[in-house]
Amino acid sequence: MAGTFTTSMARNIFFGGTIFFLLVFLALTFQNEQIIPQRDQRAQLAANPAIAAGKKLWETNQCIGCHTLLGEGAYFAPELGNVYKRRGPEFIKAWIKTQPTNTPGRRQMPQFNFTEQQLDDLTAFFKYVSEINTSNWPPNIEG
Amino acid sequence: MQYKSQSVAKLYFIAAIGLFVAQILFGLVMGLQYVMGDFLFPHIPFNVARMVHTNALIVWLLMGFMGAAYYLVPEESETELFSPKLAVLMFWIFLVAAALTVVGYLLVPYAGLAKLTGNDLLPTMGREFLEQPLPTKLGIVVVALVFLFNITMTVLKGRKTSISIVLLLGLWGLAIFFLFSFYNPDNVVKDKFYWWWVVHLWVEGVWELILGAILAFVLIKVTGVDREVIEKWLYVIVTLTLITGIIGTGHHYYWIGTPEYWQWWGSIFSALEPIPFFAMTLFAFNMVNRRRREHPNKAATLWALGTGVMSFLGAGVWGFLHTLAPVNFYTHGTQITAAHGHMAFYGAYVMVVLTMISYAMPILRGRAANSNKAQVMEMWAFWLMTVAIVFITLFLTAAGILQVWLQRIAATPMSFMDTQDKVALFYWMREWAGVVFLIGLLVYIWSFFCKGEDKTAA
Repeated sequence: MAGTFTTSMARNIFFGGTIFFLLVFLALTFQNEQIIPQRDQRAQLAANPAIAAGKKLWETNQCIGCHTLLGEGAYFAPELGNVYKRRGPEFIKAWIKTQPTNTPGRRQMPQFNFTEQQLDDLTAFFKYVSEINTSNWPPNIEG
Repeated sequence: MQYKSQSVAKLYFIAAIGLFVAQILFGLVMGLQYVMGDFLFPHIPFNVARMVHTNALIVWLLMGFMGAAYYLVPEESETELFSPKLAVLMFWIFLVAAALTVVGYLLVPYAGLAKLTGNDLLPTMGREFLEQPLPTKLGIVVVALVFLFNITMTVLKGRKTSISIVLLLGLWGLAIFFLFSFYNPDNVVKDKFYWWWVVHLWVEGVWELILGAILAFVLIKVTGVDREVIEKWLYVIVTLTLITGIIGTGHHYYWIGTPEYWQWWGSIFSALEPIPFFAMTLFAFNMVNRRRREHPNKAATLWALGTGVMSFLGAGVWGFLHTLAPVNFYTHGTQITAAHGHMAFYGAYVMVVLTMISYAMPILRGRAANSNKAQVMEMWAFWLMTVAIVFITLFLTAAGILQVWLQRIAATPMSFMDTQDKVALFYWMREWAGVVFLIGLLVYIWSFFCKGEDKTAA
């Protein structure tokens, strides 16, 4: 590197550049917060406490350890962000109740022993997630 | 070893390698479950194996960073560690917390673990990579803060170098962004948005500062190139990292309910993220070419060069592969992501910790470098693990391309599970590459016990 470019110049560019782009990022985040109410279905969330209960079940049973939700999570089992649209509530509940399939060699999902109430909470959660505006992702119903 | 207190690093390095072994063993279990779905079910379901695999990785890398800091900071600051006792105490707290957490994952069903550990007080569990129970998360905060206090006090009382400043910034950033793991709103869009402030701003942000600082330190030691030159490079690299990586967070905000302008910001800035990694490759090779001494530790130099190359390939090239929004629309949440994750973590963070261990461990054991025989063995381990991860990545990439085609592009898209059956061949090959990785890791561990004539005393 050229002799005129000193360490203290490099340091100043580092601090200046970092602070500048951090501020731009915070501005974008602020803008983000203004726009997401039109996309994130928060009215539904406020009106129906089952959704939050479903989210908690989703978390405390570590569903993300096998499945993806809006493409994030593990890639071992199907995408569930749009499962409500792909399968419908009755299929989802019946499926969860009959696990594991015990089909030899097939990937197995544990039995969680959910109550009917909990199954309804979970499907409410899946319905809510499936209605978030994801810019048309996934490309098709298979997720 | 110039300062007695540097010896605390040894504990951290040993524990890191132990957890590394656990990580790989559970990785092999998962790899097998990909093709033999009912393997070990219901004793170790896939999600449990995955938690152990990813959490062990995170904890051992953190242990590696801490060990590296405890070794590097006294030498940079030219003073003993502020409190070696505190460092040892924090090590045991961290290790016991990590062990209890893993035992909890393996023995208690996750919902029971959540109940047992007070998740109801503040629900934070069950999100990818942040699965740790509340007490573990709080423990991480305490350990991190005490660690930072110790390191910061050491730097404050001694010489302040660019390397220790960049390292400190990285470590403070690590602790601060971890606090977002306690924010878990019911709103899925907000939850996901701020979840990335831990995950992305760690691995594509502040961790790169830690990586750069460690690499710069080792390069000064093994090449003897002027500190002035190396520190300038370091600043240029971390500048490029943060001006691309911070807004590059936007590449996670394409399809999670966030506004569409992120597709532009995320694509443009994350397309630039390979640049700092390429600079790192140039940096490593340049410094080694301009070396002013022949350090007897050839293995450490190899690891340093390897970090430069593999972080560029894994994080830079494989990241760029799927970072543009129109591409990511098809690849998001497929094996392409898994391919990138494996090579990026190995190339950047695993390798830089192993670079530091390779350089510091012989000195901590009272010699400048290991015997020739031990170094040859360590270099064999380097090549076995590195080649294995390249093949793991290639096989997962092949599986991912097929998956995208069959499930998302074909005229009559297949279901997820049918697609998985079609790509099973690649999962088998990935698993065999994983076995080679394990062999490499065993050779690596064996190299520590290899006898032979030691090089000059440290």
